[in-house]
Amino acid sequence: MNKIKRKEYVGYLYILPWIIGFLTLTIAPFVSTFLFSFTDYSVLSGPKFTGLSNYVTMFTLDDLFLKSLKVTLVYVFFSVPCKLVFALFVAMILNRDIKGIGVYRTVYYLPSIFGGSVALSVLWRMLFMGDGLINRMLATLSINGPDWLGDTHYSLITISLLQVWQFGSSMVIFLVGLKQIPDYLYEAAMIDGAGKAKRFLHITLPLLSPIIFFNLIMQTINSFQTFTAAYVVTSGGPMHSTYLYALLLYDNAFRYFKMGYASALAWFLFMVLLVVTSLLFKSSGFWLHYMDSEN
Amino acid sequence: MKKNKNLITHFFLILFGIVMVYPLVWLFMSSFKETMEVVSSSKLLPSKVIFDGYVSGWKGHGRPGFGLFIGNSLFLTLPTVVLTLVSSILVGYGFSRFEFPFKKILFGLMIGSILLPNTVLLIPRYLIFRNIKVLDSYLPFWIQAAAGVPFFIFMFVQFFRGIPKSLDESALIDGCGSFKILIFILLPLMAPTIFSASILQFIWTWDDFFQSLIYISSIARFPVSLGLRLSIDAMGIPPWNEIAAMSLLAMTPPIVIFFSAQKYFVEGIVTTGMKG
Repeated sequence: MNKIKRKEYVGYLYILPWIIGFLTLTIAPFVSTFLFSFTDYSVLSGPKFTGLSNYVTMFTLDDLFLKSLKVTLVYVFFSVPCKLVFALFVAMILNRDIKGIGVYRTVYYLPSIFGGSVALSVLWRMLFMGDGLINRMLATLSINGPDWLGDTHYSLITISLLQVWQFGSSMVIFLVGLKQIPDYLYEAAMIDGAGKAKRFLHITLPLLSPIIFFNLIMQTINSFQTFTAAYVVTSGGPMHSTYLYALLLYDNAFRYFKMGYASALAWFLFMVLLVVTSLLFKSSGFWLHYMDSEN
Repeated sequence: MKKNKNLITHFFLILFGIVMVYPLVWLFMSSFKETMEVVSSSKLLPSKVIFDGYVSGWKGHGRPGFGLFIGNSLFLTLPTVVLTLVSSILVGYGFSRFEFPFKKILFGLMIGSILLPNTVLLIPRYLIFRNIKVLDSYLPFWIQAAAGVPFFIFMFVQFFRGIPKSLDESALIDGCGSFKILIFILLPLMAPTIFSASILQFIWTWDDFFQSLIYISSIARFPVSLGLRLSIDAMGIPPWNEIAAMSLLAMTPPIVIFFSAQKYFVEGIVTTGMKG
């Protein structure tokens, strides 16, 4: 008995690296961000308690905060649904029994492996700048392309497109999900005379909903924190039209060294994400469907 | 009829594939063009193949060249990968093979921290690394890796759960300690999972920009991502062929890994199904 107990405590020894890391690099920073958010903290001097003033400043004095929040919400609510609809659409085509699916999958996945890398953002800049490849190609079709990066009407869309272009990883996850839907369901539906649209609405969508939900949550959390594209391609401009929240946070923390204010910004983003994800979780009760509940 | 429909599908899939990779192919071709040609012609093929972009980019212009940045990136990335593997395997083993008090709560916290947005930890982490005087080095990356990365811990937990416990138990009867069981019995079985984890962590660390931007300040220590940004910001009229060449070099390791280990790559994404 004693021997078994001693053996089991060894488990703590194995997870020790994570425990130490969790306490020092996750829990402590998490609490600190919250505490710093009530202080004026400029790195050189220590933190000074200032109550709620950071939060008051955010909403009353900092125009850039509201601007950035708006830009970020537009970015997230445009790019995430576009990316997921696209990923699902392509995955459904690839899920049909066609030759060469491996090749297509590879090609469509390729842009995703570069993640938020600088190289990809540099490429985006070369493609969409005033005399970039896109406009030169449009010119050969006698179309006068817009100033993608310099016009506030197009800049945010251009940044979002980079995100949509990387739909590959969501697509691969959808493909796995689609493979798990048993064929007999479709066959039964076809015998009952259900058309394509009906089969999609009543079989594919409900059975895939846990995976859609999962992709939605992960993509939303990631998109709220997008940095590289906006920083490298447009530097947040023009006129702050691509000034995503991560840029605002970076500027305050690491350019102006307003650590207290930046902590308040970080905490606010955390609250926004908490609200958005819990709304998604709440709403999932209405549309989320698990295969097990069927039987 | 069916055949025709398939042909149409293939036609669109191929067309769409071309649209998807055309920018990358164009970047490749541009790296062999003259600078003026990159921004003036919409032809794909270079009118004359030259290597100026690679040569001048590799040497740099009186400041560190791209050769140094590539070396730095390797020096940053490889230890990060190794440390991530070692700690995540140990922690994953602990969580999946032992019963101890509060295990469920701890495991829940570990999984929960995958969803925790990094921004909310960023500033205190920076201050911690500043206080222990490891800024402007790769130690912040290595320290974070050594603490185990929840995403990979989860990946290894999934692996261990798939291996029958009876395998450990028979070794236990032979008098093996738990560490010996891990090293001699389980480790040889996990080669594919280790491989998946290594390539994912390699590519993510290699592609990283934000953390490098915050933690590393001297040009001599710049990894590829910071070096590349330097080259597009620093020069008056950007030498586009050079920038294309350097971007392409920065993308080469992920591309090579992706094409040579595609199966493991996709499997890694799918088993945990979390990133991207």
